Amino acid sequence: METEGLLFQAFIYLFAAVISVPVAKRLGLGSVLGYLLAGVAIGPYVLGLVGHGGGGVMHVAEFGVVMMLFLVGLELRPNLLWRLRGPILGTGGLQVILTTLAITVLALFAGMTIQQALAIGMIFSASSTAIALQTLSEKGLLTSKGGQTSFSVLLFQDIAVIPILAVLPLLAVSNNAGIRALNQNSGEPPWVRGLIVLGVVVAIVLGGRFLIRPVFRYLASIRLQEIFTAAGLLLIVGIALAMQKVGLSPALGTFLAGVVLAESEYRHELESDIGPFKGLLLGLFFISVGASIDLPLVKERPLLIAGLVFGLLLVKFLLLLLIGKITKLEKSQYFTFAFALAQGGEFAFVLISFAAQNQVLNEGMGNTLVATVALSMVVSPFLFTINEKLVQPRFSSRLPDREADEIDEKDNPVILAGFGRFGHIVGRVLNLKGVRTTVLDLDADQVALVRKLGLKVFYGDASRLELLRAAGADKAKLLVVAVGEEETSLLIIETAQKHFPNLKILARAFGRDHAYRLLEQGVENIFRETLGSSLDLSVAALRALGFRAYEAQRAARFFRDYDEQSVRALAQYAKNEKELIFQAREQIQTLDQLMETERTRVHQPDSGWEPPVAS
Amino acid sequence: MVYRILVLFAHPALHKSRINRQLIATIRDLENVTINDLYEEYSDFYIDVKREQQLLIDHDIIIFQHPFYWYSSPAILKQWEDLVLEFGFAYGPGGIKLQQKLALSAITVGGPLSAYRRDGYNYFTIRELLTPFEQTARFCGMIYLPPFVIPGALRMREKEEISGYSAVYRRMVEDLRDGRFELSRLQQLNYYNETLEEISSKASFYGN
Repeated sequence: METEGLLFQAFIYLFAAVISVPVAKRLGLGSVLGYLLAGVAIGPYVLGLVGHGGGGVMHVAEFGVVMMLFLVGLELRPNLLWRLRGPILGTGGLQVILTTLAITVLALFAGMTIQQALAIGMIFSASSTAIALQTLSEKGLLTSKGGQTSFSVLLFQDIAVIPILAVLPLLAVSNNAGIRALNQNSGEPPWVRGLIVLGVVVAIVLGGRFLIRPVFRYLASIRLQEIFTAAGLLLIVGIALAMQKVGLSPALGTFLAGVVLAESEYRHELESDIGPFKGLLLGLFFISVGASIDLPLVKERPLLIAGLVFGLLLVKFLLLLLIGKITKLEKSQYFTFAFALAQGGEFAFVLISFAAQNQVLNEGMGNTLVATVALSMVVSPFLFTINEKLVQPRFSSRLPDREADEIDEKDNPVILAGFGRFGHIVGRVLNLKGVRTTVLDLDADQVALVRKLGLKVFYGDASRLELLRAAGADKAKLLVVAVGEEETSLLIIETAQKHFPNLKILARAFGRDHAYRLLEQGVENIFRETLGSSLDLSVAALRALGFRAYEAQRAARFFRDYDEQSVRALAQYAKNEKELIFQAREQIQTLDQLMETERTRVHQPDSGWEPPVAS
Repeated sequence: MVYRILVLFAHPALHKSRINRQLIATIRDLENVTINDLYEEYSDFYIDVKREQQLLIDHDIIIFQHPFYWYSSPAILKQWEDLVLEFGFAYGPGGIKLQQKLALSAITVGGPLSAYRRDGYNYFTIRELLTPFEQTARFCGMIYLPPFVIPGALRMREKEEISGYSAVYRRMVEDLRDGRFELSRLQQLNYYNETLEEISSKASFYGN
């Protein structure tokens, strides 16, 4: 009976996720909103498939956030984290303090007691790590300046939970409760607690270095996939438990462990092992947030709730904009930053119930606050959409982080866009023959590095008309598009074709898809970046198997011609996926036949080198 | 009668060439003359056999134009012969595609004509040294015309001399294209140049 109930629950949750998330994604709303709405739908007030016990599920599901921070930590090397120390402490601190103050003042005006107002201020200061990080990474904004700043602030909020948890009981209305809490929480003097916290952090860092790594190495040598996964989970659960024991945020602890392991050789393995658990638990978490929204309460006092949600978002949003401005973020970036962090966070749920337990807030207030935070989370995917569709386009979709360089070379016959791992080879070969080339790149670090080597590279976005013109596109003969991003490459080409029709374009293509799109755009000279080296490797493979070098080389050459033809033949079907698959299968069959016939020598290329045989 | 002419041009370092560059330029604009620049077309020696065979089928006169390296052609022309003149296409059963076409070598040689004699340092005559080409053509059923030769190419610096030869070359190609030649008379000659003496005194042949 027990398992049946559990299975049924699992069925409901999974079913809701599988139905609603793809729909939400299709509608361009992102997966988070899909989960949240699924939660609302199966929650106690709509379909009633999951009861008020949703809270229990939420408790489990919060673990998704913990795992997410572990994974985030895995991708953050210690030196990167060190570089972020400014934004974490500065921007993060600013955000938490300003928001707490502002909301406290507002709550005071609304007639709360000072204790209640301060509690609400602290509760509302946190944003949702789960929603913000998930959505930012879904939209590919995590590495942008705005995304990084958001992340830093979220990290600080995680840290801030510790003192907030310590302070909340002190706000208890009845003095008794306050004293009780003091006794409870401060069993040891603050400096002892400080030492404990420090000790745990040091333990994680040292343990990660000297204990966990050898353990993982040993486990990996056993070659039991599931044991490795289990060990990964064990690590996270263990750290979370330890952190809870000393009153620290589990998310923070696992984050730290992630950072420590970011440089280990098992980083990718851990990532792929933990990833699915994180995804599922986070989804579960979002669903339970959706399910926990007290719809009758919302119905009862819709204006109050709506006002609170709107007020919360507005206050946080404006403050975030202000902070963005103070910290000199670029305009487009601080809008991303503000939209990302305006909602209330999942820690609010914990803090609210904690505050209610300590009688800082009464139950009615607690419920109202929970509904407010949950609804602000539901709204935030829409905020992202507003940012993406309405706000960002105003800053020209892809504003570079800095102004383009002044280009003082205008009469070069070649413009080379992109000087990364692909473009720099082109540039060097041209240089070998003394061809003067104007090089543009959008990666500031790369530009700085290459300039250090004494080469002239200009920072700038080659898809911008003014920049192309400044680079001498109206006089140049050749535009080599070697940038490392598909959309950028297509944009550059579009601009060039429109304004400089005489400019011959040679383009790097990433794979077949990109090649199709380039061909569709009328670029004839496309070079798939992996074709050359994979053919080289095939030649080496054949040679290693004992084929003569020239024979191997000519086989690869034969294949190259065939493949180039097939890409061009398939390009016309690229729009229609079904037809493309059909045609591709045909092509592969033809290749099969060709290879077959070649092997059986009915039509043998190079037959001129064979002794004549009458057919 | 207009003949279609295919020039199989082989020069691996055209940017260093003085004479061949001129020669090829001077016939580039001629109608019914197709120039097949082998090193440009197949820089990696991966010759498209089908395309080459079709070109051969589509033309009546084949000119092999190249500098004379080590008493033969640059490497790619040999590669071309090996691969394109296939069994069943150029020779053997069914290999009749080249029958009755005319073939002609148009070459520049470094030394003076006097070196290509029994008492010269090259011992053999140019005609003798060209016998592999001649016999290849014969074997494929083609008629091998006497070669057009520009001797003394190594020392040739004078612009006028080079342009003289260019004019002669152009004239020869035009004559061949337009059928202004007598096959039986040509076949008695050692070198095509002998019929061209009168066109340009600067491009004198035996006087060299």
